[in-house]
Amino acid sequence: MPAERTRLVDQLATGLDAPICLTWELTYGCNLACLHCLSSSGRRDPSELTNAQARGLIDEMADMSVFYVNIGGGEPTIRPDFYDLIAYAVDRKVGVKFSTNGTTMTPERARHIAAMDYVDVQVSLDGVDASTNDALRGAGSYAAARRAMDNLASSGFGDFKISVVVTADNVAQLDEFAEMAASYGATLRLTRLRPSGRGASVWDRLHLSNAQQVTLYHWLAKRPDVLTGDSFFHLSALGDPLPGLNLCGAGRVVCLIDPVGDVYACPFVLHENFKAGNVRDAGGFARVWRHSELFASLREPQAAGACASCGSYDSCQGGCMAAKFFTGLPLDGPDPECVKGRAEPLLSSVVAGTAPSPGPGHSVPVRLGSSRNVGSSRNVGSSRNVGVPA
Amino acid sequence: MTQLSQGASHGASTAAFDASLRYALDSEVALREEPFGALAYNYSNRRLTFLRSVALRELVRSLADFDSAGDAVACSIPEASRPSYLRALAGLAESGMIHAC
Repeated sequence: MPAERTRLVDQLATGLDAPICLTWELTYGCNLACLHCLSSSGRRDPSELTNAQARGLIDEMADMSVFYVNIGGGEPTIRPDFYDLIAYAVDRKVGVKFSTNGTTMTPERARHIAAMDYVDVQVSLDGVDASTNDALRGAGSYAAARRAMDNLASSGFGDFKISVVVTADNVAQLDEFAEMAASYGATLRLTRLRPSGRGASVWDRLHLSNAQQVTLYHWLAKRPDVLTGDSFFHLSALGDPLPGLNLCGAGRVVCLIDPVGDVYACPFVLHENFKAGNVRDAGGFARVWRHSELFASLREPQAAGACASCGSYDSCQGGCMAAKFFTGLPLDGPDPECVKGRAEPLLSSVVAGTAPSPGPGHSVPVRLGSSRNVGSSRNVGSSRNVGVPA
Repeated sequence: MTQLSQGASHGASTAAFDASLRYALDSEVALREEPFGALAYNYSNRRLTFLRSVALRELVRSLADFDSAGDAVACSIPEASRPSYLRALAGLAESGMIHAC
């Protein structure tokens, strides 16, 4: 832009009045137990925001001119007041983009949201066939997600998103994912596997090799219509930048509100070190966003550290803070998946077991002999849905 | 300007920018003031755009008060900078943030 051309990253040092990409996880409850769950979800937390508190938070978002909120979980649709809350948000011009595993997306609910303005839906799917998907997301989850997509497509909802975490197991299926999305008139969204939450336990096995990352970069570069949520900016060191802001937005343009109201720097760092406050504190969410010490420090220009001598630093900005943190790497150095291979010597010097632990979170304890399938009757909150025509 | 959204598909129609026409912010667009200028969000095509200067923000807000976009630019932008502001308006028209009226 004209005279005032300044790097966006510098402009963001002063802080935005409100986040651009605000994720709100409505519940830790989930009827699946995906191996890579970023929030280690499973059981609802007794301290989750009440309906009144959730509505109050939406009021605050509206006051802050938050244009839209990304709602996730857990599985957000199992909250009995899910449809009530999204209606409350869109009525106040806070658009809703929600992520779902699809298990609750009946034809009736699909028609219900198809009739709403300012609501976008993304259905999570991590394989183009049941064996690839269900190995990560649990038995029956592929069929449930495809049923949800069928229901959305026939409801007239229009362009929903198919959201895929790219792993070593599904990276060879990108073309098939694109074909599947096209067959529904849907949009494909690819995001990065992160060593966060339960993802820490599958990271070594499922994160991409460098050769797979190079393939992914070239695949994405040819398909600007595939959404990425700015997930792969660390790949921009391979050439021209991918579409997006190409920086770590944690605390600058991005933050996460968890089900109990704790505010974290991004959806991938549910850890005490990155907790900025709670929306129930005096001053509410706006005060946390605008005045927390943690966010102020994240808005300062970050030191390049071990990356300072690398010619690609301007392209990749050192990559993802969360990926570094949970693999035990220093935050002022390369991403564990640095495409220049600069993380490898550092990773090999991380003593096993010393990387910060995401902890068990709200994972359902494993019980010997139990088998958990989609549609099992485990009680994860009422299945009653407010405001949805029967 | 940075186009954050990709693959916008909710389809606001766009026509080539013509500085001799009167323009206005689309009725589905909200502007949020920020220290660097503003963020503009189009609720119908879900596009988010940075207006990366205060002058551009004020120019966009003033568009509907002038008979043409060219007049609006001439009123508030120094001559040497006008071509780049006209390009910025053309970009906003293309992404459905402003439209001729």
